[in-house]
Amino acid sequence: MNAVPETTGAPSAVAFDAVNKWYGSYHALRDVDLTVARGERIVICGPSGSGKSSLIRCINRLETHQTGRILVNGNEVTADPKRIEAVRREVGMVFQGFNLFPHLTVLENCTLAQTWVKKTPEKEAARRAMAYLERVRIPEQADKYPGQLSGGQQQRVAIARSLCMEPEIMLFDEPTSALDAEMVKEVLDIMVELASDGMTMLCVTHEMGFARQVADRVVFMDAGQIVEVGAPESFFARPQHARTRQFLGQILH
Amino acid sequence: MTSPTPPGVTDVFVRTAGLEGRPPPAGVRPSLMKSLFGDLATASATLLIGGVLLLSVPQLLAWGVTRGVWTGSADSCSGVGACWIFLQEKYPQILFGIYPPAEQWRPMLVVALFLAMALWTLAPRNWTRWTLLAWAIVTIAALLIMAGGVFGLPEVQTSDWGGLPITLLLTVLSVGLGFPLGVLLALGRQSSLRIPRLASIAIIEVVRAMPLLSILYVAAILLPIMLPDGVTIDKLLRAIVALTIFSAAYLAEVVRGGLQGVPGGQAEAARALGLSWAATTRLVVLPQAISKVIPPLTNTVVVIVKNTSLVLVVGLFDLLSSGRAALADPRWPGPYAETYLFVALIYFVICFGISRYAAWLEHHLSPRGSR
Repeated sequence: MNAVPETTGAPSAVAFDAVNKWYGSYHALRDVDLTVARGERIVICGPSGSGKSSLIRCINRLETHQTGRILVNGNEVTADPKRIEAVRREVGMVFQGFNLFPHLTVLENCTLAQTWVKKTPEKEAARRAMAYLERVRIPEQADKYPGQLSGGQQQRVAIARSLCMEPEIMLFDEPTSALDAEMVKEVLDIMVELASDGMTMLCVTHEMGFARQVADRVVFMDAGQIVEVGAPESFFARPQHARTRQFLGQILH
Repeated sequence: MTSPTPPGVTDVFVRTAGLEGRPPPAGVRPSLMKSLFGDLATASATLLIGGVLLLSVPQLLAWGVTRGVWTGSADSCSGVGACWIFLQEKYPQILFGIYPPAEQWRPMLVVALFLAMALWTLAPRNWTRWTLLAWAIVTIAALLIMAGGVFGLPEVQTSDWGGLPITLLLTVLSVGLGFPLGVLLALGRQSSLRIPRLASIAIIEVVRAMPLLSILYVAAILLPIMLPDGVTIDKLLRAIVALTIFSAAYLAEVVRGGLQGVPGGQAEAARALGLSWAATTRLVVLPQAISKVIPPLTNTVVVIVKNTSLVLVVGLFDLLSSGRAALADPRWPGPYAETYLFVALIYFVICFGISRYAAWLEHHLSPRGSR
């Protein structure tokens, strides 16, 4: 494998190798190379339209890339539906808009995929769902419908729903951007806990405090390209690229 | 602000005691007198409508009640009152057409079976695959009971079937087969695959561009021509095919509206959890899409019920045409209004029942916590 540095033995969790993506004629991802080791926490930031969401949505093929290769646990993401399903079993995702299923209760949101995809018996699925709902600290809401919960609670349910599938990798696509300021912390706290448990995480977020606290590396993107990658201390203290300095100057006060 | 603070107003404020929530002020309902004769326009409208009612209602009551004929024979019906004894004598023929009178327990049983199934299905907790299977079995059983030739039942040709069982069979089959077909057409129309999409659009647009009457004629006349020699299909079956395709096209457009109302993030979340396209569609997208379009769906179903009366043009005797056939008896003075009122009442009960049920269902299915 060229350009994808292999760590000893086990394949990396996620590897992008010269990935390109276009929306029509718009070049949204340009020669993206990035390797994420197992257990690594990556925060991806950048101005809107820079391709950060596209980047992580390509990992579980909610978006398709046109050229280059994406490997998840060593398996290439291709158009083959079997491959896509295998990748999606290993990768969980949390969305900006929560995307809970409004016609199902919180508990049913958490058991649906378990029973349909993994064929887990109903009872065990419910037991596991309750365990993860406890972990995100809302077991008492299990029988409510998503519309009855606050945004922060909904996002925590969405995290629990994803964790119920016991993924090895979690993708977060701006998980706190749609939340009222009062609710950002309750979601970030859960994410911090998840990070300290050793979950491989790729988070698109503007929460720089979170990046400082948990990220192993921060990736800065602009115009479809990775502009700068660095450990959080150096990334925030000594950004190298002019575009990074400009961006950080605008979001940090 | 550069202007000085007005006297008595401070720009620093801290609330010391919280305010309790209070009930809203009571609304004042206008008196009956004021609602009816409040101003010139209201008063004239009241007088006009009241006048029309005063002129027409007593006449109608006289015709239907005081001068109505409730007992006697055909000869008693020569007067100016409603001939209700006609309905007393002819209701089996109106309800069951020219089905052999000795065998009329069979259509009666069919109506009872459909009624029982419909009542059972009202409760959402009974919406299981077993209920679906029961509907299929009951529908096939209904056809066998009507046709006979099995279980020692004498055979009855479909040309002798008539009345309410035909209306119910046509409704159940055209909705029961048309709805899944309509869902498929709606999904096809949304598909990113070219051939299903174009085929769905073609079917929906062609069917919607034709009046139901012409589709019934096409099915009745062209289908036998299109089939190979020696193969015939029943007149009833041809009407069912026509009604099913017609219903499917209209239901497809209603369902499509619902599909467009489900945010794309729903399917994305389901796919990201590993659900297949089919499971995502069935478990996440369709339930939301369909509960969004219950009102227009109800509208379409009610129209389908009433559309079944058009099969008279291809020689089938549904409820309405059986009523007309009963009127042809020369012994009676032709009590049209009474017969049509009776038939209209049955349609009303069915259609109003569907509307009220759908209204309840819409309320019942709306996810809690959403507006």
